[in-house]
Amino acid sequence: MNELPTAAAAPVARLIEEFHKLPGVGPKSAQRLAYHLLRMPAAEARALAEAILEVKERITFCSTCQNVTDVNPCRICANDRRDRSMICVVEEALDILAVERSGSYQGLYHVLHGAISPMDGIGPEDLKVEALLARLRSDEVTEVILATNPNLEGEATAMYLTRLLQPLGLKVTRLARGLPVGGDLEYADDVTLSHALKGRQEAQG
Amino acid sequence: MTTPRLYKTEAIVLRQRKLGEADRILTLHTPARGKLDAKAKGVRKTTSRMAGHLQPLNRCMVQLVQGRTMEVIAGCETLESFQPLREDLDRLSRALYAAELADRFLAERVESAATYRLLLDTLRRLQSDADTDLTLRHYEMKLLDQSGFRPELDRCLGCEQPLQPQQNFFSPLAGGTCCPSCGAGAAGSRSLSADGLKVLRLLQRMSYNQVRELNMPPALAQEVERHQHSYIVCVLERDVNAAAFVERLRREKLPLEI
Repeated sequence: MNELPTAAAAPVARLIEEFHKLPGVGPKSAQRLAYHLLRMPAAEARALAEAILEVKERITFCSTCQNVTDVNPCRICANDRRDRSMICVVEEALDILAVERSGSYQGLYHVLHGAISPMDGIGPEDLKVEALLARLRSDEVTEVILATNPNLEGEATAMYLTRLLQPLGLKVTRLARGLPVGGDLEYADDVTLSHALKGRQEAQG
Repeated sequence: MTTPRLYKTEAIVLRQRKLGEADRILTLHTPARGKLDAKAKGVRKTTSRMAGHLQPLNRCMVQLVQGRTMEVIAGCETLESFQPLREDLDRLSRALYAAELADRFLAERVESAATYRLLLDTLRRLQSDADTDLTLRHYEMKLLDQSGFRPELDRCLGCEQPLQPQQNFFSPLAGGTCCPSCGAGAAGSRSLSADGLKVLRLLQRMSYNQVRELNMPPALAQEVERHQHSYIVCVLERDVNAAAFVERLRREKLPLEI
């Protein structure tokens, strides 16, 4: 960044630098965004600034499910039409959006905020595991769905949680793994294929 | 070594980290070029054809293209996916420990066929052998050997006299054993039992098939592990992250088995 901002006025240079800190924004994009903001009507720029401030000031984590929320408990936890006997455990708050989009799940959620990654030194103590256990002790939950990512870290997390939860007498399930819609069988790796075979279901016509 | 722009090689995926929206940077262990970083594009999307083939610990055949800063993976196919490792958390955590050690000890882009062979054998052993901790101890010793950090186990590193079959000392800083009089005051040295020394020597000199016959009482196994671990931490000048998880699983498992 050192070669860029010198030519720009100091406030603009500062804006460019702030944009550059964002993920996926390189020096050129940062410049483009900053100069776009300069040309923007003042009201729009103010709205953007306020939106950023509001997010930082009002958004917290739901004390129950650890989802990001502006009300506590969050809207999903507070909704009495949702099935309170099921908790779907996900790695990130973004995963809730994905599951909600499917429209096939009516239960509650729990966000771990990460996955176990032994090589990076991320263990169960760095995740919201304690909070999950606390919910299982007090709530009327009968099934926990482990919806961690189907990769090594996600699998390790799911196996660890299974170990922890099964002794509690709960039904612990894992999202099915198999072939993605729109994929070709010939490109499937053996692990996915063997999961797909194991989890095969009677055909319906 | 001059490398062609596009080449094919066998590799074990040691670790991965996220890059940008949907990419990953993988650390690959190859026999001819040691470890190297390679970019895998789009593998975090569910529609990726390569994602399943490039999971950590997989052994695969990869096609690599030289990029500006690092290789880019153009194609790949699984050769061995070590499924039993992935279905058992105890085995998986130890396999990750083995992979992390390889990552820490290996030099980038230097031929390392022997270490590759050792890691591959170890992963296969971890899949099925009963005493996976013993498998790791053997792996650690051989890896130290191959990387040029073979610990001294015959003489005292202070007075250079041969060791007597008695309580001696192991000093990670000195790089091996010390006799009682030299070792007692040495920085970081810990006492090493006569049996502990015997086991360390066995691990250093015997083939795996001979080592796997060993049946150690838990206290002795712990002593050996402690010495090897402190030596590795001393050589690497850092902790091995996965060790903490292996230890945690072991701790949490105990009450269930009693």
